[in-house]
Amino acid sequence: MRLQARALLRTLGPALGLAAAWMLFAVLAGRTFTSWANLQIMLMQTAVVGTAAVGATWILVSGGIDLSVGSTLALGTMVVALLLEAGASPGFAALGGIASAALVGAAIGALVIGELGRVIAAVAALAAFALLGRSHGVAVGLASGAALALVLGWGAPKLLGKLPLSPFIVTLGLWGALRGLAKGLGDNEPIYPSDIGWLRDTMNLAPSGVFSILPPGVCVLIVVSSLAALALKFTVFGRHVLAVGSNEETARLCGVRVERVKLGVYLLGLVCAGIASVLQFSYLSMGDPTTAQGYELKVIAAVVIGGASLSGGQGSVGGALIGALIMTVVDNGCTKVGLDNWVQELATGGIIVAAVALDRVRVRSTT
Amino acid sequence: MRALRKRFGATLALDGVDLEARAGEVLALVGENGAGKSTLMKVLAGALAPDSGEMTLDGEPYAPATPLDARRRGVAMIHQELALAPHLSVAENVMLGGEPRRGLRVDWSALRSRTHDALAQLGRADLDVRRRVDELSAADRQLVEIARAVAFEARVVVLDEPTSSLGREDVAHLFRLVERLRSRGAAVVYISHVLEEVFALAQRFVVLRDGRSVACGACADSSPQQLIAAMVGRELEVRAKRAPTRAGEVVVSLERVAGARLPLDASLEVRRGEVVGVAGLVGAGRTELLRALMGLEPVRSGALKLLALSGPRTPHERWRQGVGMLSEDRKREGLALGLSVADNLCLPRLSAFARGGWLGRRDVESSAKRWIDALRIKCPGPRQSVGALSGGNQQKVALARLLEADVDVLLLDEPTRGVDVGAKAEIHALIDAFARGGERQRAVIVVSSYLPELFGMCDSIAVMERGRLHAARAVHELDEHAVVAQATGGAA
Repeated sequence: MRLQARALLRTLGPALGLAAAWMLFAVLAGRTFTSWANLQIMLMQTAVVGTAAVGATWILVSGGIDLSVGSTLALGTMVVALLLEAGASPGFAALGGIASAALVGAAIGALVIGELGRVIAAVAALAAFALLGRSHGVAVGLASGAALALVLGWGAPKLLGKLPLSPFIVTLGLWGALRGLAKGLGDNEPIYPSDIGWLRDTMNLAPSGVFSILPPGVCVLIVVSSLAALALKFTVFGRHVLAVGSNEETARLCGVRVERVKLGVYLLGLVCAGIASVLQFSYLSMGDPTTAQGYELKVIAAVVIGGASLSGGQGSVGGALIGALIMTVVDNGCTKVGLDNWVQELATGGIIVAAVALDRVRVRSTT
Repeated sequence: MRALRKRFGATLALDGVDLEARAGEVLALVGENGAGKSTLMKVLAGALAPDSGEMTLDGEPYAPATPLDARRRGVAMIHQELALAPHLSVAENVMLGGEPRRGLRVDWSALRSRTHDALAQLGRADLDVRRRVDELSAADRQLVEIARAVAFEARVVVLDEPTSSLGREDVAHLFRLVERLRSRGAAVVYISHVLEEVFALAQRFVVLRDGRSVACGACADSSPQQLIAAMVGRELEVRAKRAPTRAGEVVVSLERVAGARLPLDASLEVRRGEVVGVAGLVGAGRTELLRALMGLEPVRSGALKLLALSGPRTPHERWRQGVGMLSEDRKREGLALGLSVADNLCLPRLSAFARGGWLGRRDVESSAKRWIDALRIKCPGPRQSVGALSGGNQQKVALARLLEADVDVLLLDEPTRGVDVGAKAEIHALIDAFARGGERQRAVIVVSSYLPELFGMCDSIAVMERGRLHAARAVHELDEHAVVAQATGGAA
């Protein structure tokens, strides 16, 4: 009985927190806060962080972490902008942005499971293709890239062997490196594509139809999070992720291919980040290498407020969404009440610490 | 020490231990796994308080509240797993917790010179005290620990199975160090179950069994056979031996298999319908043997064949092939304590419940429910988290996992560890029935430190002695004395 009550509190806790925060600002700010229009705005403000937090939930549940998601978001907006400028259709550009994030995910996953040699080979091949391709034509670029991939891809893993790295360190490195790459792609400048097509409408309300109630970006968040939540609970892969996060040794003993699971988690998590980067691009209408600074911590905070444990094995997609909403409500509410920015930051910080303290209490009460 | 008692829950770990260590003498403390040696030493070192009994040191009452307290009184422990800070230097490790100071600063020169003195007393003035401990050999690390005892002028030095991590030549070196400690006038308590060490080093011995000191005397007047008899000594329970079965085809065959570190050399054949026990001391390489078979640890050399497949495989392939393993360490490896009973139980075969990657959660839970009923696992339901169950019920969940996956070869490591008597009997019956099978016989390899268990449930027993697996012999050809003698290297 007590156990059920505790489980109930775990799922309801964040929702109660959200309700409390909303009611607090409803009382303080009144109609300007509670209006339907403001609700729509808040949902839209949550779309980017929320979508990234869905992916981060999977990563945290598996016992990993991603500190580089803010930089990945910036990189994604730059890739989308570059592709649009090069004349690609909006759909293709969006896919390109998602693919670039997926590539980052593959790299993180490969580094975490110890495939440093293969990552070096892939990065070297890509760099050769990009640099030589630009100066000597596509054929030379392709040939040299393929040659490097073959030679290094065979030699480097042999030389280095398996070298697992902690995800904290890997993504701390990428936090800086990907930001640098985003800046390099635009020569330190944002890119303003002349025509972004339907991507302009993703983060705006349509005059009529379904999207007049919720903007497409919010619908994307809802679809992505529903799929991710169901997959975590009802697929073999999802349960394997949970098992690896809960006890990696047990998972290994039971024949779960731990390395594959980890690779898949980062791939999936960063695809979500890629989708978020497309939303961020739509929101800004430009590729901005300096955007989404500090989002990595916002995203992690959302997941943790939503009941995930930093030590893995615990967490829910719904909770992460609620966590992201709590932060939006505090931001938006403080603005509506007319409180300074510093109050918002103070309050958000307090909420994060309180949520983590709650996590500790939970861990203590279950062992 | 006199009449010491220590109770943990329902088990009496120490039940009246008398022990006397004299200055300038090595006292050997011997006993089987679980006899109470480690508990006794924890009491001596102040890590545990006895429930009753008294201890005196140099005629004064001795009741250390903390390990630090014990060290101040001159009692030093040298643990089985070395207690060193690998990133610090030799000198810092030797003086750890008692660094000489000048004001707030560490007095580095005194630190080094005192360490050097301690090492010199042990005849190793050549060791550079500024070297990092993780650069040292296993033997030199042990030297650092012993130097710590010397530096703090310990009058009682306890060594807990100090040779378990050492090679043969390092053992000789350790013996010289212990000899020096003794000649300096320290009382040395040497815990070991390798009898040849005991007779090479100690003047007197105390045998511990089931938490009691059952025998003591001078080594010079005793034989290894007498010690073995005292160690085993329990009234041999009249236990139904396993009814013989008609064994089927060979499904496990090992030929001179060596692992990364352990085992060194293992050959074994197991047939369907057979239960083969692996006896031996803790650290002899029994767990490593099972882990290597399961693919959790690499195989360095030798030929192994499980069912139809030869050569090493990954755990994933082993399960698919029909090989399952039960871990000895439920908490660390055996179970994901935060997950539900159903998730733990069905983990190896989860894809069998899925269509296109999507699980039928209801199928998973009803399957778990079936095993909960069949094994009488006491829990509210399949969604209950495993961490909330009792030890016996947790073990049943871990075992049910193998049954659920319907494997042909079961590798069981301490299947009844931490399980109460009733559940033990149930688990034994379950394993026996599973090996017999209805339409299909299965093979079982079981590692246990509790000999009566092995004698009760196995057809044959092989003894692992320091990484080497002796040939398996039928249970009726063996008795406990023979097994202990083989395991301790005291066999004729």
